[in-house]
Amino acid sequence: MKLNFLTGHELIESLRSKKADSGQIVADLKKRFDEVEPKVKAFARPPDFKDAANFESQGCVLGGLPVALKDNICSDGDLTECSSRVLGGFIAPYDATVVKKLKENGAVILGKTNMDEFAFGSSCETSCFYPTRNPWNLDCVPGGSSGGSAASVAADESIWALGSDTGGSIRQPASLCGVVGMKPTYGRVSRYGLIAFASSLDQIGPLTKDVRDNALLLNAIAGYDDRDATSVNIPVPDYLRSLEKDIKGMRIGIPKEYFIKGMDPEVEQAIREAISKLKSLGAEFKEVSLPHTEYAVAVYYIIATAEASSNLARFDGVQYGLRVHEKAKEAGPELVSMYKETRGKGFGAEAKRRIILGTYVLSSGYYDAYYSRALKVRTLIKEDFDKVFRECDLILTPTSPTPAFKIGERTDDPLSMYLSDIYTISVNLAGLPALSLPCGLTKNGLPIGLQVLGKPFGEEDIYCLAYHYEQNTQWHKMKPKL
Amino acid sequence: MAISREEVRYIANLARIGLTEEEVAHFQGQLEGILEYIDQLKKVDISKTNATAHVLDLKNVYRPDVVRPSLSSEKILKGAPSREGNFFKVPKVIE
Amino acid sequence: MKYETVIGLEVHVQLNTKTKAFCGCANVFGSRENTNICPVCLGLPGSLPVLNANALKSSVKVALAFNCAIRNFIKFDRKHYYYPDLPKNFQISQYDEPLSENGYLDIETAGSKKRIAIKRIHLEEDAGKLIHAEHAPYSFVDFNRAGTPLLEIVSEPDLNSPQEAYAYLSDLKLTLKYLDISDCDMEKGSLRCDANISLRPAGEKKLGVKTELKNMNSFKAVKAGLEFEIKRQTKCLEASLSIVQETRLWDEKKQETFSMRSKEEAHDYRYFPEPDLPLFSFTLEEIDEIRKQLPELPKERRKRFVSQLEIPEKSADVLIADKKIADFFEECLRIDNDSKNIANWLIGPVLSHANIHESFEALQLSPARLVELNAFVRGGAVSNLVAKSVLDEMLKTGKAAKDIIQEKNLGQISGADELKDVIESVIAGNKKSVEDYLAGKENALMFLVGQVMRMSGGKANPKVARDLLTERLKQ
Repeated sequence: MKLNFLTGHELIESLRSKKADSGQIVADLKKRFDEVEPKVKAFARPPDFKDAANFESQGCVLGGLPVALKDNICSDGDLTECSSRVLGGFIAPYDATVVKKLKENGAVILGKTNMDEFAFGSSCETSCFYPTRNPWNLDCVPGGSSGGSAASVAADESIWALGSDTGGSIRQPASLCGVVGMKPTYGRVSRYGLIAFASSLDQIGPLTKDVRDNALLLNAIAGYDDRDATSVNIPVPDYLRSLEKDIKGMRIGIPKEYFIKGMDPEVEQAIREAISKLKSLGAEFKEVSLPHTEYAVAVYYIIATAEASSNLARFDGVQYGLRVHEKAKEAGPELVSMYKETRGKGFGAEAKRRIILGTYVLSSGYYDAYYSRALKVRTLIKEDFDKVFRECDLILTPTSPTPAFKIGERTDDPLSMYLSDIYTISVNLAGLPALSLPCGLTKNGLPIGLQVLGKPFGEEDIYCLAYHYEQNTQWHKMKPKL
Repeated sequence: MAISREEVRYIANLARIGLTEEEVAHFQGQLEGILEYIDQLKKVDISKTNATAHVLDLKNVYRPDVVRPSLSSEKILKGAPSREGNFFKVPKVIE
Repeated sequence: MKYETVIGLEVHVQLNTKTKAFCGCANVFGSRENTNICPVCLGLPGSLPVLNANALKSSVKVALAFNCAIRNFIKFDRKHYYYPDLPKNFQISQYDEPLSENGYLDIETAGSKKRIAIKRIHLEEDAGKLIHAEHAPYSFVDFNRAGTPLLEIVSEPDLNSPQEAYAYLSDLKLTLKYLDISDCDMEKGSLRCDANISLRPAGEKKLGVKTELKNMNSFKAVKAGLEFEIKRQTKCLEASLSIVQETRLWDEKKQETFSMRSKEEAHDYRYFPEPDLPLFSFTLEEIDEIRKQLPELPKERRKRFVSQLEIPEKSADVLIADKKIADFFEECLRIDNDSKNIANWLIGPVLSHANIHESFEALQLSPARLVELNAFVRGGAVSNLVAKSVLDEMLKTGKAAKDIIQEKNLGQISGADELKDVIESVIAGNKKSVEDYLAGKENALMFLVGQVMRMSGGKANPKVARDLLTERLKQ
């Protein structure tokens, strides 16, 4: 079997027992890339396989294995463009903290994966390069915004990858591509070096072929960072050990508000089956209520776009990236025309839409009606979860109301696109950890994802449940035919 | 909540985004739809609720006043769209 | 019509922390352009701010020194505007919940005292610097200054004259210097001042339309700018022209203000809470601890100098005007409590040397050495006149007074034997004066004493010389 089809922990074991060498792993990855990348388009640009092959650190936790990074995670000396024209040619002059930690743990950077521009999207279609395709059906989207990371793992073009999740951007593509994706608790993983979308919601997390790999990768990147004032200074448990814990008696909540209109019947069926499976393994279920769920998308689109409009103000053509200045086409002073031309041509439609919305909700006279109100409703959403977690250890939901949709289907209907994040968004608003793992295939052969939500810093419980489910099902072993 | 084309232009100017007239028209319609959706928040009673600007209850996260090495200016400036010596160069700012 | 002037001042002061406000880059002035920079102060994509603990502590010190109340929760906000020297196109600042509010500063002008309310003091980050190329369509950007911690101190519009504004600024600066949180150098830009000024008919309660004055590089310029603005606005009002609310720049060469004229947009800064920085708070104990660490402030010190050390008010003003001199003075008093004479030494000769050398610190003088010199004068070993030249020598060579007096043989001559020859030759050479004296003109004696001093190279003890002369002329 080609080594690129193995999981990270299998490869580390093979390296340890000398059944494989790192050169062969990289060679197999390259071969796979050459075969399937023209169809999948998972990467923002071709990875640098040579670098990886030269690297030897098999004794380290991550065994010298290459990791694919979403194109919004800075690595020193590498292009990091957020799949946006406005960052064209931007070479990060420093390592993100997660990259530093990966390197310290003996990983190498494989390359950068395609994404929705600045992580604005749920389909990977807003990339300035090209849309990434779903390895299970090339006419479908891989989800987004970490669609490239999810697709590269699903297509076995990478062993594992990092993504970022602001409103579901790790979990939703993981679900649509049939891989495991974790959004850790806000503050668990340093955001330093992650090009910010919405600072109060963003988290970096792993996308992997199975739960064990996910825990292994989170072990490597989690922890306090003195360069991120919102990272939390509490010890990181060994997530691998949590896999072995018992799930008997675990109390799991099923929020009634999540099982209503708009959910695809095949998705609902798969979730019901997963619940039965977990019941048979000893988990206890009860119906719970998250009454403010219906407001989550609205709250999210105010907070996320407001923060994004601020975070993206810096892309102005002064220090780095694109500068367009074809002289005074815009009225006003030259400098202003440079800003407007650069930003007008540099950002795609979705980015402009969000920046304008975000600017609007913060602008004079509207702050209280929108932003301030959204922060308050955010409190109510968080309190809903606090209440449920007083009587439950975990919450179980679908990750996405539908399986992968067709490319182009929702591009000109932003609201319907935003609503595809309906099950994932609340988690970011409340800062909780949540993981998506495969729990079925539709009749048309598209993956379905199960979402497991935990208490703040409750990643161990999530991994425990996910691992037991995975070990008693075969979904994670299914591969797309490419 | 209605938003006029004039408002879209005003906001785009605040955000320093050059828009074509087609874009203005397009975004006006879409924003109106989104704002209408967002307006459902008006139904929520928030009279007794505090805002959550930070989801974590963190406080007093400081950095000690100790110098860390700066980056080499060459590393930074080589990516500049326009430079002169060690300076970034921009169209004249009229004071 | 008589108009009342209403002035409010906005002072920005850079804190002298070792590092910038939100990153570990050195906070220094005068480096080569774009060398003290890192991803954070450049606002590079992915970078995050982490607050410098000392920057906040220094800010609290300032707030306490100006009697402000410290907020329970200190929050930072983002203030948005596009400008090439602002790397993120937003500034981390404080909006609706500044770290401190409602303080005051007491000033004194022409003998009358007045309390000026301080509205708020908040911490923010400074921007970089723009350099405008002459005759070229470019500007150049240097980000070394970007991210320097900057305090904004905003007064209420309680000032009613340029003199009051000047006094407020001087007192403010002196207190800041005592706190040692900034070098307050307007030339380097570590202290900057903008002014809002409006006029209203005397007795009217409603404020008039104000103009904002910028670009003043000294307190004198602030005063001159305000004076110019009063004249300009008065003229406008008297001619029934309306005042335009605008920003005006001070032209130092022409000594006048002029309108910026740039099409100013209505500001819409889109403030919102900085999501990358959690809240900060101090316990009452922590605030008390910082309060205890405050140095004695200039006003208290002046009071103490006058009441306890019996220094005249005017002298006390001079001494406290420079914290280093006042410290030096007190150091002297620890060795020798001759406060009046030591004060005179400092205010007179020492300060004039300091002015020549442009700074007091540059002088090679220790408190022990000055005390020693003063003791020689008091004990009669040297005359005041000689002592001044000894001081010159001390500052030039760094030697002690004792050594200079010995080496140059400058000791005062008080012995009758040593002065006898000099007195004889003065009497022989000034017959006319001797006669005048003997005829009853007391003034002539003063002249003769002066001659003795001159001939002895200033070393004669004038009192002894006088006694000896009178004695000799009786004969």
